[in-house]
Order: sequence, then C-alpha cells, then structure tokens
Amino acid sequence: MADASDVPLATAPVCIGFMAVKRLLAAPFRDPFAAVGTSIYAGFLLIALFADVIAPHDPLEILFSPDGNLARSAPAGWQHPLGTTNLGRDIFSQLVIGTRAALVVGLAAAVVVALIGTVVGLISGFFGGWIDAVLMRFADVALGIPFLPFVILIAGLLGPHTSNVILGIALLLWPNTARVIRSQVLTVRERAFVEAARVTGASNARILFVHVAPNILPLSFLYGSIAVGWAILTEASIAFLGFGPSDRISWGYMLQDAYASQALSRGDYNWFVPPGLCIVLVVVAGFFISRGYEEILFPKLKD
Amino acid sequence: MRLILTRLAQMLFVLWVVATLLFYMFRLMPGDPTVAYIDSTFTEDQVQALRRTFGLDRPLYEQYLIYLRNLGIGEFGESFHHRRPVLDVLADVVPNTIILTLSGLLVAYAFGAVVGAWLAWKRGTWVEALMIPTVLTLRAAPEFWLGMVLLAVFGFKLGWFPSGGANSPGATFASETARIISGDFLWHLVLPAATLALYLQGLPLLLMRSNMLDVMGEDFITMARMKGLSNWSIVMRHGARNALLPVVTAFALGFGASVGGNVVVETVFSWPGLGKLLVTSIAASDYPVAQGAFFLITVVLVTMNLIADLLYSLLDPRVSHGRRL
Repeated sequence: MADASDVPLATAPVCIGFMAVKRLLAAPFRDPFAAVGTSIYAGFLLIALFADVIAPHDPLEILFSPDGNLARSAPAGWQHPLGTTNLGRDIFSQLVIGTRAALVVGLAAAVVVALIGTVVGLISGFFGGWIDAVLMRFADVALGIPFLPFVILIAGLLGPHTSNVILGIALLLWPNTARVIRSQVLTVRERAFVEAARVTGASNARILFVHVAPNILPLSFLYGSIAVGWAILTEASIAFLGFGPSDRISWGYMLQDAYASQALSRGDYNWFVPPGLCIVLVVVAGFFISRGYEEILFPKLKD
Repeated sequence: MRLILTRLAQMLFVLWVVATLLFYMFRLMPGDPTVAYIDSTFTEDQVQALRRTFGLDRPLYEQYLIYLRNLGIGEFGESFHHRRPVLDVLADVVPNTIILTLSGLLVAYAFGAVVGAWLAWKRGTWVEALMIPTVLTLRAAPEFWLGMVLLAVFGFKLGWFPSGGANSPGATFASETARIISGDFLWHLVLPAATLALYLQGLPLLLMRSNMLDVMGEDFITMARMKGLSNWSIVMRHGARNALLPVVTAFALGFGASVGGNVVVETVFSWPGLGKLLVTSIAASDYPVAQGAFFLITVVLVTMNLIADLLYSLLDPRVSHGRRL
C-alpha cells in the first residue's frame, strides 16, 4: 500500500517540471515577441552552419578585380555584395563567417552563465545557512567588479583568446541568474510536493534535482537567453578594443578593422554599418525572447 | 546607522577581494614588473638594486601586505610608460571621464524620465507599439558602433564636430578649470556624450514607464481623480513624483557602471579618460597604471552602489533593509 501511494507523489512534481519545459518550448508559437526573436536566432544559426557555402570568398583573401588591380575599397555591387575593405577583402564574406564567432561566444557564455547561476542558486536556496551566506557574498563581490574592464583585463593579461573572453563574461555574469534562481527555489522548497517527497524519504539530492530543479529550469533558460546578447556585445567590444583573437573574423574584429583603417573618414558605410546591424539584430532577438518568455512564464508580470 | 556600517563593511570586503585579485593577476604575468625598466646593458647588481627598490626581493606575503597598505593610502606606484606617479596620471584623466559620464547620463535620464512617463500615458496606442521596439533596438546596439556611426556622419561627413580628443591640438589654457569650461571642450564633448546618452536612455525610459503604470493604479491616484484634479496635475504631481524614485537610484547605479563602461566610447572618440587610459595601459603593459585605473573604476562602482542603496531607503522609507529575497 505504501509503495502504491509512493509513486504518484514522487512523480507528480516531475510532471509539473515537464509542463514548465513544455510551456517553454511552446512559447515562440504563442507570443509574437518570442516568435520574432526565435526566428532571428534560427536565421543566424542557419547562416553560421552554412557559412562556407554562403560566403563567396575566403574572408581574409586579398582579391583582385578582372583587370588585375587590387580590388581595394570596392563599392557594393554584383561582384561584392557589400564591397571590399581597403585591403581588397570581401566584406559580405567576413560578415557571414563572423556569424560563427558571434554564436560560439554567445551560446558558450550563455550555457556557462546559466549553468553556474543555476547550480549556485539551487544550492544556495535549497540548503540555506552558511552555504547560502558564503555563495551570496561571492555574488556580491562579482557584482562589485566593473564588467567590461574586468573582461578587458582578463583578455589583456591571459591572452587574446575567445575562451578568455568567455571566462571573463562567465565569472561576472552568473550572480544575476543565481539570485533569481535562489529566490525561486526558496518558494518552490516550501511547496507541498517537496514536503511530500521528503515524507516518502527522498534524499536531499533527489529532491533537489528531481523535484526542485525542473521547476526552475525555465528561469535558467530565460537568463541564458539574456546572456547570449550580453556575451555577443561584450565579445564585440573586446575585439573592437583590440584584445580579441586577430586570426578569427568576428563582427567586432570587422568594426575594429574598419575603425583602424579610417573607413569612417572615407564614409565607407558599407563596411562598418552591416556588422553593427547584425549585432543589434542578435541582441534584440535575445531581448524579445526573454520578454516573450517572461510574459508566458510569469503572467502576473504583464503590465 | 547599522545599515550604513554593514554596507560599508561589505564594500570594503569587495574592494579587498578586488585588490587581492589584482595583486595575483599582475603577478601571473611572465617576467616581473621590473622587466619594463631593465635593458640589456644593466649589470646583475643594478638589476638586484632595482628589484630591491620595488620590494621584489621580499617574500610574496610581505609584498602583498605592502601592496595593500599602499593601496589604502592611494599610492599606486610609478607608471612604466609615463615615468610619473600613477596618481598624477589618473588625476589628469579623471575630470574628463566624470564630465563625459555626467553629461551623458543627465541627458539620458532627463529624456528617459519624460518620454517614459509620456509612453505610460500613451499605453496601448501606436506610439507605444513604435517606441518600445525602437528603444530596445537602441539598447541592443553596441555603444562603440553607435559612436562610430555618429562620428562618421556628424564628425566626418557633415564636419559639425571634431573627430576626437577633448581639446583641439595645440590649444592652451590658463588652468584645468578654464580648459573644462571652454567652448572648445564642450564642442568636443557633444558627440561622445550624445553616444552615451543614446545608449543609456533605454533603462530610465523603460523603468519610468513601468513605474508610472504601477503608480497610476494606486489608490491615491484614484483619490486624486475623485477630487477632480486635472490630468496634468495627476500625472505630474501625483504620478511622476512617485515614479521617479527608482529612476533616481538607477542614476547612481548608472554612474558607477558607466565610468567603467565608458571604455569603448572613450576609445572611439580618443577621449582622454579613465577607460581609454585602462585600455592603452594594458596594451602597453604599463601595469601600475592599469592596476590603478582598474582599482579606481572599482572604487567608483562600489561607492555608487552603496549610495544608490542608501538613497533608496532614504527616499522611500517603506523599503526595509532586512533580508532581501
């Protein structure tokens, strides 16, 4: 008898968890903001996947026009959809290949931020006490460190690698996620099904990962999607300041190249406007997705 | 009082952690800090003497204690590159950064507060449908890219504003104050400040809008309506005044965050400020300056966070400073 009542009690919260995930996946079909954001992400993802096919030239190849001259600062046209740089490189190809760098940094940083934030938030909220106090002091410290200067310092001292930029972003961005997850865990912890699981003798680990974690998963996803935009913006800034990898084409690298090559004074808008617009699109997509999910996940927030 | 002391202790803790982090990070670098001074003609004795003057011959923990004491009294050492005390190098650029940040923020927050309140009033109309995505888009734009576009259009194409720097080359002034209040300085300030304002207006605007929407649903607004007050009076005297509180604290937070975030704008416009100094000193391996600039930016950020916190409880006594969940 005891066994029979055990099962539904223990599985019920899992169902709640799955429902939350289901709502999450259905969001793009229910909210126009989320729909637009998701389509933009999907579009850039496709471009990144097929970048080699789409890009007409090697992004760093120095091109010549049919008459044998260096194709420097060519205007947009059939040959070069967005023209060429002052060294005769195809801007459109750079833009397409640059999508990869942006998505790699954005997604990697988002996953790391969401992961650290979620684990810290879960542990902090669930166990409370001194563990909570220590973890939250760490969060305070991370929030007291200036964000961009810190990432510059990391990239400047440890070397201009993409992984260092991701490290810098991850080290400072997790507390926002952790704080929100923690407060959510504090309320979930008090819910009846957690009590029920405890009565049935479930271990702390089981309660934490099977009963509590699925319920806060949508929140981690939400904060992860916000982090994508932040990470891409930060990576672009770092590359613009000259602390990014110099052998890897990214939108920030293109902007730095354009700035350093006096594209501004020549009025080469075809060079420095497109990379900026791409960054705007990706970051806006992140805003739209998080806005859409917020309204679906927390209907009471809707003003 | 207890609140202030707790916050102050937290702030010192953060600063201590940052200082320690800086100490170890700069010692992770290949070679030691004297490398920049030493050239191949130095004898072994000279190198040792130099290491002694920098205290590098002592054990690490002693170096660390000396370092902490020096930070406490504002002694950041001497710049490798400028061959001047770091404090002097910092003092040269700090006014530029403060003025740039303040003017950008003031424009952004004045604009944001007014337009945000107006948008709350226009809720559900096409104005809102058009403005909200525009504001979000501006917020999503990389700050340096906004600056580049403004610079290309208004600096180079139209030639209305100078292309960079804080003063025209060769211009001399009687004093630092004369330099800052000169028309030349203001003329140079317009584009970077406008970039900053464009980038920052989103936060106060959206904050003001949602506060207004909250406040307008409160009982005292209904009361004001029942008293038959005019719309203007309700919105401005009863609504906006209350909705403005969080915007004021956001201003303090924004100032702290901007001083560090200005890095890219200062670089685009070659604005001789703290952020640009940080970038150039890291690029030139001028570690004492990089360390000092980073520490100063942190101090500003942490102090402004503290002020925002205190301001919040001062302006709105309903906020209790117990456990915030």
